[in-house]
Amino acid sequence: MSLLKIENLTAEVDGKEILKGLSLELNAGEVHAIMGPNGSGKSTLSYVLAGRDGYEVTGGSVTYDGKDLLAMAPEERACEGVFLAFQYPVELPGVANTTFLKHALNARRKYRGEPELDALEFVKAVRGKAKELNMPDDMLKRPVNVGFSGGEKKRNETLQMAVLEPTLAILDETDSGLDIDALKLVSEGVNALRKPDRAFLVITHYQRLLDYIVPDKVHVLSGGKIVKTGDKNLALELEKTGYAEFSGEAA
Amino acid sequence: MATTETVQKVSALEAEKYRYGFTTEIEMDFAPKGLNEDIVRLISQKKEEPEWLLEWRLKAFRLWQDMPEPAWQKPDVPPIDYQDLYYYAAPKKKDGPKSLDEVDPKLLETYEKLGIPLKEQEVLAGVEGAPKVAVDAVFDSVSVATTYRKELESHGIVFCSISEAVKTHPELVKKYLGSVVPYSDNKHACLNSAVFTDGSFVYIPKGVRCPMELSTYFRINAQDTGQFERTLIVADEGSYVSYLEGCTAPMRDENQLHAAVVELITLDDAEIKYSTVQNWYPGDENGKGGIYNFVTKRAACRGRNSKVSWTQVETGSAITWKYPSCILQGDNSQGEFYSVAITNNRQEADTGTKMIHIGKNTRSRIISKGISAGRADQTYRGLVRVMPNADGARNFTQCDSLLIGDQCGAHTIPYIESRNPTAQLEHEATTSRISEDQLFYCLSRGIGEEEAVALIVNGFCKEVMQTLPMEFAVEAQKLIGISLEGSVG
Ligand SMILES: Nc1ncnc2c1ncn2[C@@H]1O[C@H](COP(=O)(O)OP(=O)(O)OP(=O)(O)O)[C@@H](O)[C@H]1O
Ligand SMILES: [Mg+2]
Repeated sequence: MSLLKIENLTAEVDGKEILKGLSLELNAGEVHAIMGPNGSGKSTLSYVLAGRDGYEVTGGSVTYDGKDLLAMAPEERACEGVFLAFQYPVELPGVANTTFLKHALNARRKYRGEPELDALEFVKAVRGKAKELNMPDDMLKRPVNVGFSGGEKKRNETLQMAVLEPTLAILDETDSGLDIDALKLVSEGVNALRKPDRAFLVITHYQRLLDYIVPDKVHVLSGGKIVKTGDKNLALELEKTGYAEFSGEAA
Repeated sequence: MATTETVQKVSALEAEKYRYGFTTEIEMDFAPKGLNEDIVRLISQKKEEPEWLLEWRLKAFRLWQDMPEPAWQKPDVPPIDYQDLYYYAAPKKKDGPKSLDEVDPKLLETYEKLGIPLKEQEVLAGVEGAPKVAVDAVFDSVSVATTYRKELESHGIVFCSISEAVKTHPELVKKYLGSVVPYSDNKHACLNSAVFTDGSFVYIPKGVRCPMELSTYFRINAQDTGQFERTLIVADEGSYVSYLEGCTAPMRDENQLHAAVVELITLDDAEIKYSTVQNWYPGDENGKGGIYNFVTKRAACRGRNSKVSWTQVETGSAITWKYPSCILQGDNSQGEFYSVAITNNRQEADTGTKMIHIGKNTRSRIISKGISAGRADQTYRGLVRVMPNADGARNFTQCDSLLIGDQCGAHTIPYIESRNPTAQLEHEATTSRISEDQLFYCLSRGIGEEEAVALIVNGFCKEVMQTLPMEFAVEAQKLIGISLEGSVG
């Protein structure tokens, strides 16, 4: 059974239709890549899935883990295992990274009726994961994303994902802004999380990422729709041809 | 969708929202309503006060009658019917309790309801090994329990009700009472001088570092009882004390007046850290009920190298009028003011500080964080004055306002008066909003809306919250969340 099934989804922002009948199916255990021109609606799709206010669904359906995803509040979706790594991570002045993570993790535990995490255990677990991503301890104490470099912010998103252990992870250009070493670390981080009951939707502009995180499928999103789906070789093709082939459809 | 749900949920909770709104039934011993010389005499007599204090009260009362209400603050204060208030109320017990066993169990129950499962509960219950937080509990107007007095006494520290201090340490009280805030200072302080019924007195002898936090919980309990607390803390040469004042109040329909006076004095090399968590009943979301909190707090850093640090977390009251100040007389003396003020619904606050630089190389630091939500309005009003002889005076002021929603207001009014060319004064101010981005970022991590707001606001206030004593920081953080409930949507 599919973990995520998007059918004929239409959505608008500020009265402007951005998603125009998008369909996509993702099975547990799979990694799908979404590529597409700037402004085609990739981030919009990720926000709609995460439930952002102002992104109004006007038609279609999204079924996640057998449930109506669109009927859930954003925090509920997160607690049900949906995670979005932001294209532009947000700064939270004065809120320590670990404090933020602890609140996020405990929200999930509370949702599942589990007791709050022991503070010491939590710190240990986070430190271990930060180390794998080559994030120094002081970044854990610093306020969320404040003063972080572009690449550090992306690494921080990856750390949150690793700690929160989502069922469905949507990575919106998490590779953008990463240096070569960081790209490897983040990819390894993602690969380490791959398992049969977890799926990834990886939005990227660069085929290179897909050398590290090998996708089961590659979709081309253009003009608010999936216009082509193929295997990992589609990414290589796009690298050569660009999106000219689809520009007619991007009205 | 999530937002409207939250709003509905919150409005359903309406009556329960002010968690600390309850009344303890203990028989009260009232003086009749209203204020005249006879009432002032009655208060003084009930407290078996010496003649000089009665005279002082009467002078204050006579001046008060003709004094105009302060009118320069931003909130319009509805006229107060002073003749419709009680000025003396005390729990009906013949003698003060000698130990906690003698304390009315209803009172202890009250503390429990106050949600002080904080260490104080244990302290009050006399649990062995409980952390050392001395609580001078003020229940309405009379102190009923003082703990740890013995240990404090062994250091020569005096920590008792001010009425008791008048009897046991009259020379100290006479010397310092009204020496920082004269009875003629302003209408509210003047009224307090005439009718104050209780409050705390602290004296830390030379060279003594107080071994524990001193803490007082104030509560208003009897209906229509104005609270006129008077606190006096004297830190003698080279001494140190950290004092915490925290308060919650029961739900009320009528506005209640709270006009306290706090005077701090530091001599050479002494330091006082004074922290307040203020959570008086703010009124309902339409502004009905709620406390008028008109407080005069002032510190005199009389000695060289002396220091006073005010920290306040102000979340309650319908109207707050409060400017904890430092008079920096001693050379190299330092004053600090760290403030978090939260106004929600219809609350109004006009608060800030005054730093008066008189001595040479005096330094002051002001960090003010104002959060306004709902239809609330708040003003930061801060004065930094450098006198001609204050060579090398320095001040740093940072005022940040955070707005939640678009119906609230925040204003920053700095007054800077420098009469010494060597003074260095810095002022920074910012105004920001909780952004949609920040909220969604939290939601997308599973953190609910109210928790997200509390998290973001606590982040915004971090610099101030860090200055609170550890024991109270956690409580204060929770309080910030509680007071902003229902503010988004
Ligand atoms: N508030 C808004 N009002 C009007 N148009 C908007 C609004 N927000 C987004 N859009 C438009 O929606 C379209 C899709 O934006 P989106 O961010 O989803 O693109 P994207 O595929 O993620 O692009 P990129 O590759 O550059 O990240 C863009 O044309 C954008 O300008
Ligand atoms: Mg995008």
